[in-house]
Amino acid sequence: MPQLSNILIDGVVYGMVLFIISVGLSVTMGLMRFINLSHGAFAMAGGYVAALLIREQGWPFGAGVALAVLFTMTLAAVLETFVFRHLYKKSELQQVLFTIGFTFACIATANLLAGAYIQTLPLPEWMQGSVALGARTLPKQRVVVVAAGALVVLLLWLLVARTRFGIWLRASVDNAGMSSSLGINIRLVQCATFAIGAGLAALGGVLGAELMPLEPFYPLKYLVLMLVVVTVGGLGSISGTLCAALFLGIVDTASRYLASDFGNLFFYAAMILLLAIRPHGILRR
Amino acid sequence: MQTTSALPRMASVPQRFSWHVYVIGLGLILALYWFFPGNTLIMTRIAIMAIFVMSLDLLTGYAGLATLGHAALYGAGAYAAGLCAKFLTGDPLIGLAAAAGAGALLALISGAFLVRYQGLAFLMLTIAVVEIMHNLASKMQHITGGDDGLSGFAIDPLFGRFEFDIFGVTGYWYSAIALFLCYVVLRRIMSSPFGLCCEGIRENRDRMSANGTRIYPQLLKLYVLSGAFAGIAGGLSAQITQVVGLDSMGFTLSAEALVMLVLGGAGNLVGAILGTALFTGIHHFAATANPFHWLFVIGGLLMLVVFLPRGFVQAALKRLARRVADLAGRSA
Repeated sequence: MPQLSNILIDGVVYGMVLFIISVGLSVTMGLMRFINLSHGAFAMAGGYVAALLIREQGWPFGAGVALAVLFTMTLAAVLETFVFRHLYKKSELQQVLFTIGFTFACIATANLLAGAYIQTLPLPEWMQGSVALGARTLPKQRVVVVAAGALVVLLLWLLVARTRFGIWLRASVDNAGMSSSLGINIRLVQCATFAIGAGLAALGGVLGAELMPLEPFYPLKYLVLMLVVVTVGGLGSISGTLCAALFLGIVDTASRYLASDFGNLFFYAAMILLLAIRPHGILRR
Repeated sequence: MQTTSALPRMASVPQRFSWHVYVIGLGLILALYWFFPGNTLIMTRIAIMAIFVMSLDLLTGYAGLATLGHAALYGAGAYAAGLCAKFLTGDPLIGLAAAAGAGALLALISGAFLVRYQGLAFLMLTIAVVEIMHNLASKMQHITGGDDGLSGFAIDPLFGRFEFDIFGVTGYWYSAIALFLCYVVLRRIMSSPFGLCCEGIRENRDRMSANGTRIYPQLLKLYVLSGAFAGIAGGLSAQITQVVGLDSMGFTLSAEALVMLVLGGAGNLVGAILGTALFTGIHHFAATANPFHWLFVIGGLLMLVVFLPRGFVQAALKRLARRVADLAGRSA
């Protein structure tokens, strides 16, 4: 059964990365009804800034990642305030077109600034090598990814379930107009949610750099993957996104191990199955 | 369709073309051939893509179903035309019929499942269908040629007379006349009560079903119609280039077609043709410089198009035409 445990472990790691990258997209789609296809661009921005700081400037890994996430959050907040806010009232098709156009511009910019190569992120000492876990060994990098994913889940849960901001957020997702007339500053909620989502995407971009290499076409290449996770999980549902990400991550990894010549056929078949049974999300009836 | 026949708009809908339109259409095809003799290859490409974008327009523009998986139907047509030429007969018209049939068949099978959903679920399911078809085509290497593409088939002369030459003269006339005929047929269909019914479904689904329209069969019919024309476009492409690549079933092609449609204005067949010409023209000039410049251009255009009023390109062209007509009138 070593193959089964391999599939499970790699699938969970992959699923965690998918979750961290897509959860922000899910919340913005649920809260603002905004189909943001340029979400991957924020993951790429985070990865590029981290690569620049750690590889070129020689920063320590933790500090570089933290600054990259902060930078992406600021960038997202500024863009949301000046550009994306005006799209919330437009039709779905127009949102799709604008954000795809924005993604194209980001790809061209990334190529202009950093060239068409894969950006490598050097791992620090404490993430190299592997740890013994009972009878088997695991690369430390994977352990870090899973731990970070679990931490993100925990923090998000605390934020949403235990804080005042979480109450505002849940109220706004359910009924934005009513929450606004009850005195919730809905603009602040929207802007902060967008920024946090982008920051998480950046974190996912850095952590997942081993699985999804950072290159200019990154935002387009993994766009469909993020959309699948978000749609299957259900818009605006954090726990749904986690379930969908883990399930699809395991399915994709299993099909890579067992039937690699079929490409990602089983991944999409699983998606069709889930969407056909639960078109509004995996945890919703 | 008793419900729609009472609409007052029916009176103003053009029922049939007079012979003028056929003369003008053929004249336009001849004029383009005459004035741009060195560009037949790119004009052929535009004609084929315009048919494809028109078929997408039926779904996205008329019925409001945004799809990113339309290339599955295009690819089905392309492979059907290629396989028909390889194993059955090289006759281009029979191949085209096979392509239309294959597109319609895949549309029937996938549409029976797809059109039950709408909005984001529909969009994602269409992506899943095109990805699955892409992977199947890649896997069935012994039939489709896989990554290398399907090639090594020959197309007989059109009507037994016109050989497909390397300068693309026959290809140009073949595809341009096919585009014109597809336009005439689709315009006729979409101005019928059936077409108006589809527009009604786009505007208000609940109201149409309250009117007594059965939504599901109407949309499935439209999906099959759209699939047949997408298949024709794919078949034309296979016959004229004499190779079918794996990318003809790709997600990228679907996305590009959607961009072309929106550039020209959705919900309007002329818009589909104009958008294709505009996109392909810009692509031709920008991409020869640097593929990444092209991304800047198309990205900027897409962001611009959202903040321009709907049908802007057509309105601008109309204004230009009126000004030219004014000028001509004054000088006469």
